[in-house]
Amino acid sequence: MAFEKTLTQNVGNPDALTVAGYKKNGGYTALEAALKMEPDAITQAVKDSGLRGRGGAGFPAGMKWSFIPKIDKPKYLVCNADESEPGTFKDRLLMEYDPHQLIEGCAICCRAVGANTTYIYIRGEYTKAARILEAAIHEAYQAGILGDSVMGSGWKLDMYVHMGAGAYICGEETGMLESLEGKRGQPRVKPPFPAVVGAFGCPTVINNVETLCNVPHIINRGAAWFKGIGTDERNTGPKLYAVSGHVERPGTYELPLGVSFDELLEVCGGMYKGGTLKAFIPGGASAPILKASESHLKMDFDTLAKAGSMLGSAAVIVMDETTCMVRAASRLAKFFAHESCGQCTPCREGTNWMEIILHRIESGHGHPNDADLLYSVSKNVGGNSLCALGDAAIGPVRSLVEKFRDEIEQHISEHACPVPHRRYFAAA
Amino acid sequence: MSATAEQTASVAELALATLPDAAKAEIAEIRKRYPTAQAALLPALHIAQRNFDGWLAEPVIAAVAAELDLPVSTVYGVVTFYDLYHLKPVGRHRIRVCNNLSCQLRGAEEILEAMRAELGVGEDEVTDDGRCSYIHFECLGSCDTAPMMMIDDDYHENLTPESAREIVRGLK
Ligand SMILES: Cc1cc2nc3c(=O)[nH]c(=O)nc-3n(C[C@H](O)[C@H](O)[C@H](O)COP(=O)(O)O)c2cc1C
Ligand code: SF4
Ligand code: FES
Repeated sequence: MAFEKTLTQNVGNPDALTVAGYKKNGGYTALEAALKMEPDAITQAVKDSGLRGRGGAGFPAGMKWSFIPKIDKPKYLVCNADESEPGTFKDRLLMEYDPHQLIEGCAICCRAVGANTTYIYIRGEYTKAARILEAAIHEAYQAGILGDSVMGSGWKLDMYVHMGAGAYICGEETGMLESLEGKRGQPRVKPPFPAVVGAFGCPTVINNVETLCNVPHIINRGAAWFKGIGTDERNTGPKLYAVSGHVERPGTYELPLGVSFDELLEVCGGMYKGGTLKAFIPGGASAPILKASESHLKMDFDTLAKAGSMLGSAAVIVMDETTCMVRAASRLAKFFAHESCGQCTPCREGTNWMEIILHRIESGHGHPNDADLLYSVSKNVGGNSLCALGDAAIGPVRSLVEKFRDEIEQHISEHACPVPHRRYFAAA
Repeated sequence: MSATAEQTASVAELALATLPDAAKAEIAEIRKRYPTAQAALLPALHIAQRNFDGWLAEPVIAAVAAELDLPVSTVYGVVTFYDLYHLKPVGRHRIRVCNNLSCQLRGAEEILEAMRAELGVGEDEVTDDGRCSYIHFECLGSCDTAPMMMIDDDYHENLTPESAREIVRGLK
C-alpha cells in the first residue's frame, strides 16, 4: 500500500536527532507559524482536523484543549509517554527517532492553551528514549527553541522529562498526575477534570505522544489535508499501528486511519510461517478479542467500537491456530490483576478472581460453571470502578467467554489444555 | 507538604544513610523543575537507588525523605507502589524477561527456562556470586522484537535461548 509517511518520515534518518537535521525536513516551521497565530486559531485548526487522541480513548484533541479555562493560573501540558499497554511500542519509536517532532508538537499545544511548562511523563523502563529526548530538549534550549523566549517571541516555555517507576496505572491520566506529584499513582475521582484541576491543582492538558506528534503537520499542511486521510470525518489522519505476535514482519506501520485488518496483515508480510489466523486484538490488552471472521473490519475508532472492541492504542496482537485462547486471556488477566492499583474493591478483587479462574481452567482444574462465573465476575467489575482499568480488564475475559466458549468447555471437560504448547526454538 | 514535628522526630530516630554529595546536588537541581518538593520524589528515588547497589534499604529511604523534607511513611508508601524500586538486594545485573502476550506468542517461556537453567536460581533470587537476578516482567514496549529482555538499562531483542544465555554469560 503506497502511503506517504508523515509521522515516521524521519525514522531511519539519524540527522533528525539534531535541531539542524530536523529543520532540514521542515522542522520547527510549524512552531514558527503557530507563534504568529492567535492561540485560539491553533486550537481551531486542531479541532477542524478531527484529530482524536491516540493514547486509547480517542477523545477529540482540539476539544480537550478548548476546555482549558482562560484564568490567571499556571497551566501545564503533561505528555503521556507511559506506553505500558501490552502490545504497544509506537511512542517509543517516535521518541527514539524523531524527538524534535514531539518537542515541536508539545510547544504548539502549550502555545494554544497558554501553558508555560511541559512535563513528558515517560515510563521508567524507557531509559534510551529518555536519554534521546533529554539530549534533544537540551539542544532545543541552546538553539533558543525552548526557554525564556521561544524562537525570539518573548514567550517562555520550559520542558522536562519525568521518569515513571514501573506502574501501568500511571498511564491513566489522573494516576499520571498523582505520580508526577510524587505520590502513589492512584487515579483521582473525576470531576473535576484535569482541564480544570490537573497537575499541582492547575489546568492541565494530557495528550499522548502520537497525538502531539500530529500537531506540527496539521499546522503546516492544514486541517483539510489531515481530514483527507482516513475513513470519514470522525476518523481522520495518519495512524501508527504496532503489530506483534504471529506475523512475518512485526513492527510499527504508518497507514491511513481505518485500514482494514486484512490489508494491515498483508503489509506485515502475512501470518508467521504461513499459519492460519485464529484471532486478533486490535487495540492493546484492553481491547476485546476479535475472531478471524472479523478480519475485514476497518481499524478505526468507530468501526471497532461498533464491533464490540476498540482501537485503543492501535496495538495489534495477532494469533494463529496454535494459540490457546484461554492461555492468552489468562496472561492478560494476570497483567490486570498485577496492575490494579487496589483502590476500588470490584477492580482489586475482580481482577484477581478472573486471573485465578482462568488459570485453573488452563491448568485443567476448571469447575463446570466457570465460563458463567467468569462472565458474572466481569459484570461486577465493569462500570463499577473508578477508572477505566476496571473496564479494560474485562475486555479480554468477556470476549473469550463470548467467542471461544467451546475452548473453555473443552479445557474443563478434558481436564487439560487441548492445545499443545508450541515450542518456538529447537531443544538445546 | 512538610513534615510535622512528630514525623521529623521519627526521621531522626531512624538510621540515615548518607547520600553522596553528587546525588544531593542532582536532586536539588531536579527539585527546581517542580512547584512542590514531593514532585521530585520519583526522580530522587531513582538517583538514590542508583547510588546504593540498585535497591532501597530503609536508611536510604529515610535519607531521601529527609532530603525532600517528607514523612518517611509517605516515601515508603511510594516506594512500595512502583515495580522499579526494590526493597531487598538485587543482583549486580537485573534481568527482566518480558513474558506478556506478544512475547509469549514468540517463545518467551523458553527464554525464561533458559534463564532458570543458566543461573540456577528461582525468580527474584540472587545468584551466589551476587552477579544476577532475573524476573519475568510485563510488556516492555518492544513486542515487535519478541522475545526480548531488559538487562539493567538495555534492551536485548529477537532472543533465542542460546543468544540469551550467551548475553548473560558475558555479564561481569
Ligand atoms: C489503565 C490505563 C492506562 C493507560 N495508559 C496509557 C498510556 O500508556 N499512554 C497513553 O497515552 N494513554 C494511556 N491511557 C489513556 C489516558 O488516560 C488518556 O486518555 C490519554 O493519555 C489522553 O491522551 P490522548 O487524548 O492524546 O489519547 C491509559 C488509560 C488507562 C485507563
Ligand atoms: S478501577 Fe482499578 S486501577 Fe482504576 S482506580 Fe479502581 S482499583 Fe485502581
Ligand atoms: S509483550 Fe514483550 S515487549 Fe511487549
